[in-house]
Amino acid sequence: MTERFDLDASFAALADPTRRAILARLALGEATVTELAKPFEMTQPAISQHLKVLEQAGLIVQRIDGPKRPRRLAKAGMEAMDQWLAMLRKGLEKNYERLDEVLAAMESHPKGKK
Amino acid sequence: MTTMTRLTLKTEGDTHIVVTRHFAAPPEAVYRAHTDPNLIQKWLLGPEGWTMPVCIHEARPGGKIRYQWTHPKKGSFQLTGELLELTPYSRIVHVERMHLPDPTPDNHVETRFEPDGAGTLMTMRMTLPDSNTRAAMLATGMEGGMEASYARLETIL
Repeated sequence: MTERFDLDASFAALADPTRRAILARLALGEATVTELAKPFEMTQPAISQHLKVLEQAGLIVQRIDGPKRPRRLAKAGMEAMDQWLAMLRKGLEKNYERLDEVLAAMESHPKGKK
Repeated sequence: MTTMTRLTLKTEGDTHIVVTRHFAAPPEAVYRAHTDPNLIQKWLLGPEGWTMPVCIHEARPGGKIRYQWTHPKKGSFQLTGELLELTPYSRIVHVERMHLPDPTPDNHVETRFEPDGAGTLMTMRMTLPDSNTRAAMLATGMEGGMEASYARLETIL
């Protein structure tokens, strides 16, 4: 149950392009809020809000370093992204398995051509 | 039973998803299965339990697309779109949007079919204006094989 809930939070967190960009940045290594805010045309409070969502979803973690709170990617962050893509992959595969059957049927009952 | 997944899926930047899949049929057949509504209706169904009672696909530039899916318990929804370019047996470009019931922003899709051995390599490149669309698309369960948790995602968005 908890797992399911966390998964939902992860997907909601991933639904925002800024948050995914933050995750992509953190995949390169730890970064402070100032560093994270730099590439975006956003205020630090706005970035902090995104970080909060990511934290609550368990995708990133923070470390206390004096006045700084550098963030880094949690293992769950990578896993959630992988899972998200795996779900999409699964659905498409289902479609294409059906398409395989449609194609096989077409071959045994060619319509005119060839 | 072997479940060989020959599908690859990767994200490209923030708003692209590129999917490739091999089919054991020539490009002519795969292209036809993507442009003949009677054939589309048989496979473009997403997760188990969905059917497509309405399938309009006018395979010409400017032609309309309208798919309506229904599920005995989960209700129904539709997708509309327009075909932009068709190069017989090798390329289809179209735009589409889901109606949930409000329309999602347009998803621009390019689908290519290339000979690959005795079969076909399909490459589908989806261009979404923003990631919410991607998430909404997943939430419908149409493309994603999504379960209840994804339906909930839709309400979050």
